[in-house]
Amino acid sequence: MTQSTLPQPIGASLARPRARRILEGRGRYTDDIVLPRMAHAVFVRSPHPHARLVSIDAEAAKQGEGVIRVITGKEVAEHTQSYSAVHELFAGMRAPRQWPMVVDVARFQGEPVVAVVADTRAHAEDAAELVVIEWEPLDAVSDGRFGMTEDAPVIHAELGSNIAYQGTVATGDVDAAVSKSEHVIGGEFRFGRHTGVALEPRSIVADYQAADRALTVHQSHQSPSQQQDIYSRLLGLDENKVRVNTPDVGGAFGIKQQLYGDELATCILSKIVNRPVKFVADRVESLSTDIHARDHNVRARLAVDRDGRFTGLDVDDCFGVGAYSQYPRSSIGEGSHVLRLSGAAYALEAYRSQLTMVLQNKNLVGHYRSVGHPIAVAVTESLVDQAARKLGIDPLEIRRRNYIPDNAYPYKSHGGFVFDALSQHACLEKFAKLVRYDERRAEQEALRKSGIYRGIGIASFVELSGTGPEYYGKGGARVSAQDGVHVKLEPSGKVRCFPSVSDQGQGTDNAIGQVVAAVLGIPFDDVSVISGDSENAPYGGGAWASRGAAMGGEAAYRAAEALRDNVLLVAASILQARPSDLAIRNGAIVNAADGTERMTIAETARIGYFRQDLLPPDLQPEFSVVRHYVPRRQPFVISNGIQGSYVEVDVETGFVTLLEHVVVHDAGTLINPMIAEGQIRGGVVQGIGAALYEEILYGDAGELTTGTLADYLVPMSFEMPDILVDHVNVPLAGSILGAKGVGEAGTAGSSAAVLNAVNDALAPLGALITQIPMTPERILRALGRVP
Amino acid sequence: MDDCADISLTVNGERVTRRVRARTNLVDFLRDDLALTGSHVGCEHGVCGACTVRVDGRITRGCLMLAVQADGATVETIEGRSDGGHLRDLQQEFHQRNALQCGFCTAGMLLTADELLSQSASLTREGVREHLSGNFCRCTGYQPIIDAIMAVAEKRGIAR
Repeated sequence: MTQSTLPQPIGASLARPRARRILEGRGRYTDDIVLPRMAHAVFVRSPHPHARLVSIDAEAAKQGEGVIRVITGKEVAEHTQSYSAVHELFAGMRAPRQWPMVVDVARFQGEPVVAVVADTRAHAEDAAELVVIEWEPLDAVSDGRFGMTEDAPVIHAELGSNIAYQGTVATGDVDAAVSKSEHVIGGEFRFGRHTGVALEPRSIVADYQAADRALTVHQSHQSPSQQQDIYSRLLGLDENKVRVNTPDVGGAFGIKQQLYGDELATCILSKIVNRPVKFVADRVESLSTDIHARDHNVRARLAVDRDGRFTGLDVDDCFGVGAYSQYPRSSIGEGSHVLRLSGAAYALEAYRSQLTMVLQNKNLVGHYRSVGHPIAVAVTESLVDQAARKLGIDPLEIRRRNYIPDNAYPYKSHGGFVFDALSQHACLEKFAKLVRYDERRAEQEALRKSGIYRGIGIASFVELSGTGPEYYGKGGARVSAQDGVHVKLEPSGKVRCFPSVSDQGQGTDNAIGQVVAAVLGIPFDDVSVISGDSENAPYGGGAWASRGAAMGGEAAYRAAEALRDNVLLVAASILQARPSDLAIRNGAIVNAADGTERMTIAETARIGYFRQDLLPPDLQPEFSVVRHYVPRRQPFVISNGIQGSYVEVDVETGFVTLLEHVVVHDAGTLINPMIAEGQIRGGVVQGIGAALYEEILYGDAGELTTGTLADYLVPMSFEMPDILVDHVNVPLAGSILGAKGVGEAGTAGSSAAVLNAVNDALAPLGALITQIPMTPERILRALGRVP
Repeated sequence: MDDCADISLTVNGERVTRRVRARTNLVDFLRDDLALTGSHVGCEHGVCGACTVRVDGRITRGCLMLAVQADGATVETIEGRSDGGHLRDLQQEFHQRNALQCGFCTAGMLLTADELLSQSASLTREGVREHLSGNFCRCTGYQPIIDAIMAVAEKRGIAR
């Protein structure tokens, strides 16, 4: 089914009902929740990147005003099992065991050591300052390449080394390709650490009821079902007694997708003090303990023949992963994507990618928007542009020449995926028109003569979204790849849906509501969508891997179809008609053939709920329906796109001005173009942040030096360009709805586009930069203007 | 024991008298003592703008002002400005253009935009981008926010 044949309002840019409350200042985020007798937790954290805990003196803290309990990591550990996150698809991967707080050795700065529970947060903070901890500092590992060596101190003795995983993906003979080809473009690429900076910090209110052995958790999180499973298993509680409710969530971007030690500890604290306990991270805690991303050092080379055809790609990624592997999904995702997605847009006969994942005395690296893609794409696309420059081929032309040909699908990629049908050529041609490519090139050429250096950067990307059961399930992690939607007709003819997909502002509630309204044949305003609560939603994945529309939308489609059929069965009985002769349109039961209204859906619902006596004895109305969906054809929903960035570089100051950014993306069926484009724009800006501003910096000894938002620079409105977005729509095969992922597409390609644009601007000056963020200092260094 | 002080102020048109600790900042006071949770705490060091409120008619960072400094002042939060109808056109444009996703920055954005619109004789897109640079949004990429504010400026006849 194509976009145009799907019923409205699928495809309509409807505003989000959920936004109204927030616009009036009536959002309800986790920190807004206040429960009777609620106490506040504050954590004393390790000031050392690596140190043995010698002693804790909490006597003074215990005497502090309002203090209820002071609890050490060791006491907290008595209430839970430890956990470790290996991913079984990656043979030989090793991961250290973790406890929620430091038990004997602190392995990164910011690791929680002692919890203070008090009547107010201020009192808890006062008392936390009175806790005296004696440490024996140990040598720390900061740099990943150093961590691999035999000279490096071993962070986890039980693992014997700091290498958590080493693996290779190879096709063909790269060494032969390299030696035979006319040109080999090589380089070393560095990707700074960054993090999500959700404006709402991580927040949790844990409410343990001893009488019921029940735990209710209100938490700013993406995956309520996953957290329910984890809290239940680690704390030894029956799963039917654990409820995880995620109210309004103030941004997540992947960093609210895992288990955090301080959050598990907060649940345990509630059990220990037998009252609700709230923990809200402050910004220093966020920057030092929210999941970090990237931290890759990649050496790569691209072999190219004299016609500009790529003959081989060789990639070696050293991925610094921090002190532990994030639980439950493991931290291998970024490395895995570099392993398998480098060069993915291109037809390559020879490919080799090696990954070494190295533990460090730094905060954990894990999943942040577009996991791994920005690395694979930036390395590849920078090499592609360098090749184009070397051979004197236009950057668009060299991509055309090397993309997987349109007649080659289904295509087995060198990374081991089967691509159903990418639309790269269509995206590129649309892009070239949209960006007025030839005009821009002429403008760039003319301005260079007057010392103005502008650059055009292009980045093609192939993205994996909508992860299926072959990844986590098969890898041994209890992460649901399936999502479900419960659709319930109320007696008045209005509808409620409860999706397992959760919405942190992405608008998946809207997408699901629009699909249900469309399929059921009722007005959008008659549908309410209630998401985020593990107690009333079907079990499912929540929000991750850009899956809301692809999985939740499809489940909603199927649930609404089933409910529609059930409604028509009852209506047909009342009307003495055949169900197949009836349809629902705009809230009315009509003759399918001519649209004549026969009765309202409300009247059908009234009879179905209150007057079953009017129905045949064997007809049981079923006005509450649940359907689930998980894609089975492929381990991932695979889509693609292209981005372009137009910049001006001030070669005297190293400052970059972003003039324009263009995206053409294939998200399959667009349920709500406005929301989809909002996702893309937001994602682009996060990738721009990575390219130009954002960097978590540690000193050589593993000490964090970017603890405020004055040090860690988030993109601001005046720096950002307008972003032009257009689409190619090839519906996802194997689903009725045909929607693919959209949430991470912007981030996948924008860092690479800006990197290439800056290098295009600098090219006439013979400078090349292969490190992001491209700070003014680094640009000036690349130009040789500062040492 | 903390130092405390009695303060008396007007919040969203209502007279409020409370005893507060001297160290309590304004946004914590509004959120914790008055349950006005529409103002958000994002960074607590004056960078992100999520805690923006109006004090005596001027927008202020609620995390950089102490509650005791608001003694005698007139304070308006998103709840009050919204209920008073001052933000209606902005809210409508924000809604129609999806100028918020998670919504955590939105109160600050609206109050900042409201002040800008009321003080400006003419507004450019660049000017709006510049003025909003004290308010972080991590979701939208800013573009729909700028679009929404310019749409209101257009309707008020001050867009340039």
